[in-house]
Amino acid sequence: MNPTTAVTATSRVQTLDWSAALKDAGLAGLVALLLTLPLVGLRTIEVQSRLTVEPHLAEVALTALLVFLGRLGLTLAAAGLARPVLAAATLALAAGWVLPFPTEALRVLMVIGALVVALRALWALHRRHDRLSQQERDRRMDHLGARFQDATRLIGPAAVMLAVALPFLPFADRATLDLGILLLTYIMLGWGLNIVVGLAGLLDLGYVAFYAVGAYSYALLAQTFGFSFWLCLPLAGLLASFAGVMLGFPVLRLRGDYFAIVTLGFGEIVRIILLNWANFTGGPNGIAGIPRPSFFGIADFTAAPEPGRLAFHQLFGLQYTPLHRIIFLYYLILALALLVNLFTLRIRRLPLGRAWEALREDDIACTALGINRTTIKLAAFAIAAMFGGIAGSFFATRQGFISPESFSFIESAIILAIVVLGGMGSQIGVVIATLLVIGLPEVFRDLAQYRMLTFGAGMVLIMLWRPRGLLAHREPTLLLHPRQSAFRRQAEAGGRP
Amino acid sequence: MNRNPDDGEPLLAVDHLSMRFGGLVAVNDVSFAARDRQITAIIGPNGAGKTTVFNCLTGFYAPSVGRLTVSHSGQRWWLERMEAHRIAGAARVARTFQNVRLFGGMSVLENLIVAQHIKLMRASGFTLAGLLGLPVYRRAERAAVELARYWLDRVGLVDVADWQAGNLPYGAQRRLEIARAMCSEPRLLCLDEPAAGLNPRESADLSQLLTFIRDHHRIGVLLIEHDMSVVMAISDHLVVLDYGRKISEGPPAVVRHDPAVIRAYLGEDEDESESEDRADG
Ligand SMILES: Nc1ncnc2c1ncn2[C@@H]1O[C@H](COP(=O)(O)OP(=O)(O)OP(=O)(O)O)[C@@H](O)[C@H]1O
Ligand SMILES: [Mg+2]
Repeated sequence: MNPTTAVTATSRVQTLDWSAALKDAGLAGLVALLLTLPLVGLRTIEVQSRLTVEPHLAEVALTALLVFLGRLGLTLAAAGLARPVLAAATLALAAGWVLPFPTEALRVLMVIGALVVALRALWALHRRHDRLSQQERDRRMDHLGARFQDATRLIGPAAVMLAVALPFLPFADRATLDLGILLLTYIMLGWGLNIVVGLAGLLDLGYVAFYAVGAYSYALLAQTFGFSFWLCLPLAGLLASFAGVMLGFPVLRLRGDYFAIVTLGFGEIVRIILLNWANFTGGPNGIAGIPRPSFFGIADFTAAPEPGRLAFHQLFGLQYTPLHRIIFLYYLILALALLVNLFTLRIRRLPLGRAWEALREDDIACTALGINRTTIKLAAFAIAAMFGGIAGSFFATRQGFISPESFSFIESAIILAIVVLGGMGSQIGVVIATLLVIGLPEVFRDLAQYRMLTFGAGMVLIMLWRPRGLLAHREPTLLLHPRQSAFRRQAEAGGRP
Repeated sequence: MNRNPDDGEPLLAVDHLSMRFGGLVAVNDVSFAARDRQITAIIGPNGAGKTTVFNCLTGFYAPSVGRLTVSHSGQRWWLERMEAHRIAGAARVARTFQNVRLFGGMSVLENLIVAQHIKLMRASGFTLAGLLGLPVYRRAERAAVELARYWLDRVGLVDVADWQAGNLPYGAQRRLEIARAMCSEPRLLCLDEPAAGLNPRESADLSQLLTFIRDHHRIGVLLIEHDMSVVMAISDHLVVLDYGRKISEGPPAVVRHDPAVIRAYLGEDEDESESEDRADG
C-alpha cells in the first residue's frame, strides 16, 4: 500500500479521522478525474468525414466516483472498519457483474477495484491481532523458508516420485501429460536460468535466445543432415553454449542494468535474425515437420513403422496408442530437468559454484581474492545457455514445428519471473513458481482475456509481500559443525548473535 | 629501492607512484618499501590518498605513473601491469577494504573457502573432477576446511563458523575479513583501517592478531590505520602521507617527533579514530 495508508494503519482504531480520510479519497478522485477527462472523457470521432469531439462525461464522473469509493474503502479498511468495508466491497463486486455499464472497461474497473478493497479488508481482519512490521514478517518467512528447506529433503524425493508415477495414475490423460510436459519444460528453463540469475547474480533478460538457438539447431541439423535426435541433443547444447560464450565475451564487462539491457537486445536480435533470414530459418513461417525422437534409436513411435524399422509397441508387445510417445516425451523432459537440477545441486558445492555465489554477493571482493570474474561469469553463461539449448531442442521435437513467435521476449520474462518469484537460487522455489506462473493460468484458461492481467497482479502482490522471492532461504554448502546447523538456528533466532 | 638500509630486496617497492583523477592528484610521487615479516603502516589525515595507494597496489586503479614491484620466491612482479585478479593470485597480494566487503549471504566458513578458490579450482580439475566426485578434490576440500578452521580459531570465530557472514557483529566482520585474506595465503597483506569502528578491547585484540601474523607467518603487512594506539604499538615502519605526498618516513619513535608530521597530522586531531566511510572500491 502507499505511505498514507501505512501511516493511518499504525495509528488506527482509536481516532478514525473521517475528514482526513474523505479528503484523501477526494484527492484520489480528483486525480482520477483529471487523468480520465482528456483520456476517456473527450473522444474524437468522425462525423461525415470531419473530426469532432464527443464528450463522455458520464464515464468520467463514474470513474472518479469509483476511484473515490475505492480509495475511501482502502483507508477505512486499514483504519479498523474492515468488516463493513468488506461487506460493501463484496456487494460492489456482485453489483459490478450485474449492473449495466456504459462501457465494459468500467465494469472491469469496478470489479477489480472491489476485489482489491475486499482483499485489503480481509488482510486487515486477518492481521488484526498481530500487526507485524515488514522486518518481522521477513524474519518469519525466512523461518518458514528454513523449515521448508528442511522439508524439501522429503518433499524433493516425494515430488520426483510423484512425477515419475504420474503417467500411470488413473487421471493421467493426454491433457494432463501435456500440461506436465509444459511445466517440466519451464522448470528446466527456470533451473537453467537460475544458474545465471540466482547463483551468479547476472540479470539475463535474453535467456530465450539460447532456447531458440537450441530449437533451431535441432530442427536444421535434423532436416538438413538427417541427424538423429540423440545426436542433435548434445550438439544443440554445444551450439547454444557457443552462442552464450559469443554473447558473453563482449557483454560480461558490463554491470547490472547495462548488462540486463544488452542481454535483452541479444534476445531480440536472435529472434529478428530467425525472422529475417528466411532461406535458412524459414522466416516467419518457421520450420515444420521436425522429426520426432525415436526410442533411443531402437524403435519409432508409429502405428505402422517403415520397412526395416521397429515400432515401440511391437518392441514391447503392446497395443498401439499415440499416448506412448507423449509418455516418452514426458519422461525425457523429466530426466533432462532432473539432470539440470542434479548438476546445480552438485556445482553449488564446488569451487565454481561457490565463486558464482561469491560473485553475486560482492564481485570486487572476489577479484581481490584472485577470482577471475570474466571466466567465472562466462562459465555460468555457457552452462546455462547449454541447458537452455537442450530444452530448446526438446521443445522443437515435441512441437514438430517452430517459428520465431515462440521465442519472443515474453518467454524470457516468464522464465525470469519464475526464477525471481521462486526465490533467487532456490531449486524448489523454481518448481513452486512454475506451478503458480504456468500451471495456474493453464488451469484457468477460461479467463482467457484476464490471464495476463492476473499474472501481472500476482507478480506485483508477491513482490510486495515477499520481495526476495517465495523461498529465499539459503543453506550453506558446507558446515563446520554439521550436527547443529547453527545457520538455521540463527535464522530462527532472528539473525542476532 | 633506494631508501632502506636493510639487506636484500624488499617484498614491496613502490617507486614514484602518482595517481591522478582528472585535475586531482590523489597520490603524488610517493616512494616507499615494505619488508617481509614487518608491519609497515601508512598513516595520514582523511583524504591523504592512503586507500588510493592500496587500490593501485591491488590493481583496482591503473596508476598514472610509477612502478610497483613485488619480489618473493625468487620471482618479481610489476603490479602496475597486472590485472587485479592476477595480483591476488600470482603475486599473492591480499587486501581488506575500508568498508568491509564480505560475502554477506554466505556462511562464515564459505567465505574462507571461497578465498581458497584458485587452489580448489585446480584440485577440482576445473570442476570436472569435482563433478565426478573424485577423491583428489575431496582431499583438497578437507585441507581447505582445516586451513579455514585454523584462521577461525585465530580470530575467535569457530563457534559461529556456520552463520551467515552478514549477520555477524561489526567487529567480527572485520576479523573475518582478515581471516579471509589470510586464507588466500598471501605474501603481502594490505589492511585498510582494520581497527575502524572497533572498541578499545577489540583494538587491542587486533594488535595482537597482527603481531601474531607477522611473527608466525612468512608475510609482510601493509597497514592503513587512524588508531594511533594500534599503529604506534605494532608497526615497524611508518609512512606518512598528506595531500597525496609522502611527508615523512621511518620507525614510529622517530616519525612521531617529526615536526612536519606533527604539523600536518598529529597536531590536528590526534585521537580521531573514526573516519568517514568513503567508497573505496
Ligand atoms: N575513484 C576516484 N575518483 C576521483 N577521486 C578519487 C577517487 N578515489 C579517491 N579519490 C580522491 O582521492 C583523494 C584520496 O582519497 P583516499 O580514499 O585515498 O583517501 P584516504 O587517505 O584513504 O582517506 P580516509 O582516511 O578518509 O580513508 C580524495 O580526495 C578522494 O576524493
Ligand atoms: Mg581510505
